[in-house]
Amino acid sequence: MTHPNESEPVEVALDASLRELHRDVLAEPVPPSLRDAALRLEKVQRDAANNRHWGGIAASLVLSVGVGWFSHGFMLEHGNAGRQAKVSVEREFVRQASFAHDVYLPEKRHPVEVTAAEHEHLVLWLSKRLGKPLQIPKLNAQGFELVGGRLLPGETGARAQFMFQDAQGRRLTLYMGALEAAPAHMGSQSAQFRFEPGGAVPSFYWVEGGFGYALSGLVDKATLMALASNVYSQIH
Amino acid sequence: MGHQSIVEHIPAMRRYARSLTGDVWAADDLVQDTLERACSRWRLWLAGTDLRAWLFTVMHNLFISDVRRQRRAPSYLAVDLEDVVHELQAPPHAADLHIDLQRCLLRLPADQRFVLLLVTLEDMPYAEVAKVTGVPIGTVMSRLSRARDRMRELMNQPNKVQTDGAQTPHATKATAQLRRLK
Repeated sequence: MTHPNESEPVEVALDASLRELHRDVLAEPVPPSLRDAALRLEKVQRDAANNRHWGGIAASLVLSVGVGWFSHGFMLEHGNAGRQAKVSVEREFVRQASFAHDVYLPEKRHPVEVTAAEHEHLVLWLSKRLGKPLQIPKLNAQGFELVGGRLLPGETGARAQFMFQDAQGRRLTLYMGALEAAPAHMGSQSAQFRFEPGGAVPSFYWVEGGFGYALSGLVDKATLMALASNVYSQIH
Repeated sequence: MGHQSIVEHIPAMRRYARSLTGDVWAADDLVQDTLERACSRWRLWLAGTDLRAWLFTVMHNLFISDVRRQRRAPSYLAVDLEDVVHELQAPPHAADLHIDLQRCLLRLPADQRFVLLLVTLEDMPYAEVAKVTGVPIGTVMSRLSRARDRMRELMNQPNKVQTDGAQTPHATKATAQLRRLK
């Protein structure tokens, strides 16, 4: 039915008019919410690209903190199957930490259940619910003040989330809780300190004595790692 | 691998989303959701695709899954053309053409609309369109050709109708036609 000679100019005209469709949007300023989302994505992307450089920095931290920390890889003594299971439990843990961070990060009125003003109650309450005496690290020297904490359900039981905030309103969360069926050897000295750049927000996390910790926040990786190392040395 | 700016891609993403949905708010929501989703799936981008193609793929999949779940369906089926009119800042006669175009686009099957918009608005090579929409390149070409044929048919229809009705405002008539689609 179509006449080849005629169809072409019509096609060109159609395409040309489509190219004009909503062309004004191209010149509009990008709405702030979209710009923020894009900048977050750029950051995630940049961190991913820089990921390689972190092996060396992590190695120098091993010396300064005196614990066997590994930014990648796992202790070789575990069997392969056990290692896989452990990896998936830990990844799920850090995924939940990142998710919880993302959920409460934008909260203006109810970022926490119990505020820092009730520090003692907060510690007692969450220690009781997590079945372990907890310590809340102080990050004031790094510019982050405790906002408070909340109780959350986790895959393997109760989890606690503590929130910190600096003068610019940047928020960090420290997420902790027991991981299921902690093998006996996990009580050893070898905490594995790792970075998880994916998920909603980047996190540094480690597991010690079957208890997991994840520090999450949209700060640059060097800062996050320094903060995580500080938290580690305060609570262990 | 040099640093690629995501922000630079936003205007094109917004325009594509707006042409796809015909709704300024739904379009920006779609772009926002795309960026959020991309944050959690950046690994898929690292797997080596072009950044624009990847962003459009994420947006494409999101749009499709939302339409399936009926989340975005209302906004793209029940476009109120009077709303679209406000978005058009071109001179009056060009605005008329744009309304026609947008209305006809929304009457295309979504599969054809994707292909036609990616090829025209984005000037995307067929191979890339195939990747974004997840179909073979032959399917892209046949969808494109059907989309163009259908657009021509649709663009010719309202003119015939309009010669009957004296000077009825164009938008009202078009809205009535669209509403019947629901």
